[in-house]
Amino acid sequence: MAALLQSFGVASASVASSDHSIKLPAFSVHSLPVIRSEARLISSPILGTRKTGKVTTRAVAAKAENPASAASKPGHELLLFEALREGLEEEMDRDPRVCVMGEDVGHYGGSYKVTKGLAEKYGDLRVLDTPIAENSFTGMAIGAAMTGLRPIVEGMNMGFLLLAFNQISDNCGMLHYTSGGQFTIPTVIRGPGGVGRQLGAEHSQRLESYFQSIPGIQMVACSTPYNAKGLMKAAIRSENPVVLFEHVLLYNLKERIPDEEYVLSLEEAEMVRPGEHVTILTYSRMRYHVMQAAKTLVNKGYDPEVIDIRSLKPFDLYTIGNSVKKTHRVLIVEECMRTGGIGASLTAAINENFHDFLDAPIVCLSSQDVPTPYAGTLEEWTVVQPAQIVAAVEQLCQ
Amino acid sequence: MAQLTQRAATFQRTLSAAAFSVSSTRCLNTASTSPITVETSLPFTGHKIDPPSRSVETTPQELLSFFRDMALMRRMEIAADSLYKAKLIRGFCHLYDGQEAVAVGMEAAITKKDCIITAYRDHCIFLGRGGTLLEAFAELMGRKDGCSKGKGGSMHFYKKEGGFYGGHGIVGAQVPLGCGLAFAQKYSKDENVTFAMYGDGAANQGQLFEALNMAALWDLPAILVCENNHYGMGTAEWRAAKSPAYYKRGDYVPGLKVDGMDALAVKQACKFAKEYALKNGPIILEMDTYRYHGHSMSDPGSTYRTRDEISGIRQERDPIERIRKLILSHDLATEKELKDTEKEVRKEVDEAIAQAKESPLPDPSELFTNVYVKGLGVEAFGADRKELRAVLP
Repeated sequence: MAALLQSFGVASASVASSDHSIKLPAFSVHSLPVIRSEARLISSPILGTRKTGKVTTRAVAAKAENPASAASKPGHELLLFEALREGLEEEMDRDPRVCVMGEDVGHYGGSYKVTKGLAEKYGDLRVLDTPIAENSFTGMAIGAAMTGLRPIVEGMNMGFLLLAFNQISDNCGMLHYTSGGQFTIPTVIRGPGGVGRQLGAEHSQRLESYFQSIPGIQMVACSTPYNAKGLMKAAIRSENPVVLFEHVLLYNLKERIPDEEYVLSLEEAEMVRPGEHVTILTYSRMRYHVMQAAKTLVNKGYDPEVIDIRSLKPFDLYTIGNSVKKTHRVLIVEECMRTGGIGASLTAAINENFHDFLDAPIVCLSSQDVPTPYAGTLEEWTVVQPAQIVAAVEQLCQ
Repeated sequence: MAQLTQRAATFQRTLSAAAFSVSSTRCLNTASTSPITVETSLPFTGHKIDPPSRSVETTPQELLSFFRDMALMRRMEIAADSLYKAKLIRGFCHLYDGQEAVAVGMEAAITKKDCIITAYRDHCIFLGRGGTLLEAFAELMGRKDGCSKGKGGSMHFYKKEGGFYGGHGIVGAQVPLGCGLAFAQKYSKDENVTFAMYGDGAANQGQLFEALNMAALWDLPAILVCENNHYGMGTAEWRAAKSPAYYKRGDYVPGLKVDGMDALAVKQACKFAKEYALKNGPIILEMDTYRYHGHSMSDPGSTYRTRDEISGIRQERDPIERIRKLILSHDLATEKELKDTEKEVRKEVDEAIAQAKESPLPDPSELFTNVYVKGLGVEAFGADRKELRAVLP
């Protein structure tokens, strides 16, 4: 089996392990030529796999053309799955310890094309096609992470990762603690979840609530190409295990993102629309339902403040708190289930910390506690719709 | 079993021994390294592979160190038994006495760069990988000086520098981790192997076969070692497994059945397996061994097996006795010297326990350390995770 490891002239030195350094290596991150100039070119992903030669040429050409207006570069447009791939590719270039494992991530290119082209570029060992064995390949990723590799586990659908729950909860989350700090598990577990278009109950699960109690992991949810790329990069660079929730219906969102390299903070929430009357907290796909409802609300004379919480564990109570102190009313709109969901935890957290600032009880709109039905209309009623959001705000702001 | 004729210790030997070695440790250091060839007790049985030869090369120094190490492990486990009954060790305590030959034989065949991962019966393997008695006892008693700072307990011993990856409570979950370690070794091309150990009870876990499939698919240097002590807690192997030939369970993966009570056989098998795994991918080793204690301290160990069985194995197959007979028959040390070693070992263990008892309990603040790598994870970092932006309540 051809294991093509891309070696940027790396010397294979064996590093003596000390207490805090990671025992790895034949590879040294520092010897990689990391291109950090503003003119760092990401070749248009829409055209397909990039070839190394093409990148260099265009980077040089771009620099020569407009050296003065580098700051005003408009950026490049791409779809969310391409943004994820860009972030992934940049991190794999930067650090040879980053590898991907999952079903159909290699030759097939990923069931949602997030890893398309990466296997040709980095080889079969770095972009590993696994058999259908979630429990053990998640375990393998964690074992590899214990020695210093930085694997990214792709669940073809987040729902499949329930099979790996023991590995995620016990080994991923707890090993750093039970080993007294000896091992770090810098894994990223990512995949699409959420309610799609009539995919059926088992393929439309919202697992944020199942994972949120696991001590030791961080959870983030991306919602736009911009934050998808930034969060992917931050998750890979984080020393903690991170679960990155993507959404099946958001992969084809198009947005213009900067050419420069950027990394977002894993623990911060995003202010989508500042406002005065009510704080609407949301994440992932519901952000778009909220923004749609916001248009209606603005026409009706309301001024909602919309925050995409992004970080599901831990909550960014700093940003949320500042908003609550300003508006005194909170509406949570989420796709998670009602019972024990993210909204439930968030309600408890806000009540505990900001009770004095609330003028009204927190309203939480979540999905219904049902398995997602197949029929289109029923599926629509499972998740929160913009009309419900408008009605809730109107009632809250009475 | 090839019985070597026992020769009575000669008086001349005793005299000369007394002349230049007071303690047996000195005897160990001055022991020669001239090779001795010993036959293993039983031949190896192979599955889809030619088993290695029964003749094992060893040296007097190695045999004496085997004796000492196994005596130390045995003593540690017995001491842990008393500590548990004195309620200084709480929760679950799974003891390894009877199985020491596996730990010691494996260590003799490999380096500290090779990885070992096992389940919860990990005290002796921890010792073999370079763990100290103080770290072990302190961890068992939940003190700060333990190898996991008192936060892991009996089932979570780890030693990163020694290549020991634990110490896992959930049966079978360590095998995919072990294949992950092997994956990382192949990724880094560092010519080391991983020994992923599990028991006969765990051999029925699905994730084991999933991991084996992947290891075979990608030729990972993983050696799966089944420590078959014939009981999965209270269930005998014939009641839990349709096929108790665990070394054959790999089907397309070759296997080797080894007498796990014979440290030299274990050493030979592990050496053979390491060479094989580096070239061809995974191999399964089944160590036929036995535990004298019950599954854990809460299990008397006699409700599902007879006392005669236990004492029978102790008389016929005890690993320490085998090495003792070997040493005596080859005249490498006297009966008295071996007894002195045991006394020394006992003293060492007692001292370590006393020291561990002095060790303080962890600080209350330690409840929250090591949950996340940088603090509790309630800090908001800027881009590239370098500047601290806010501390979240």
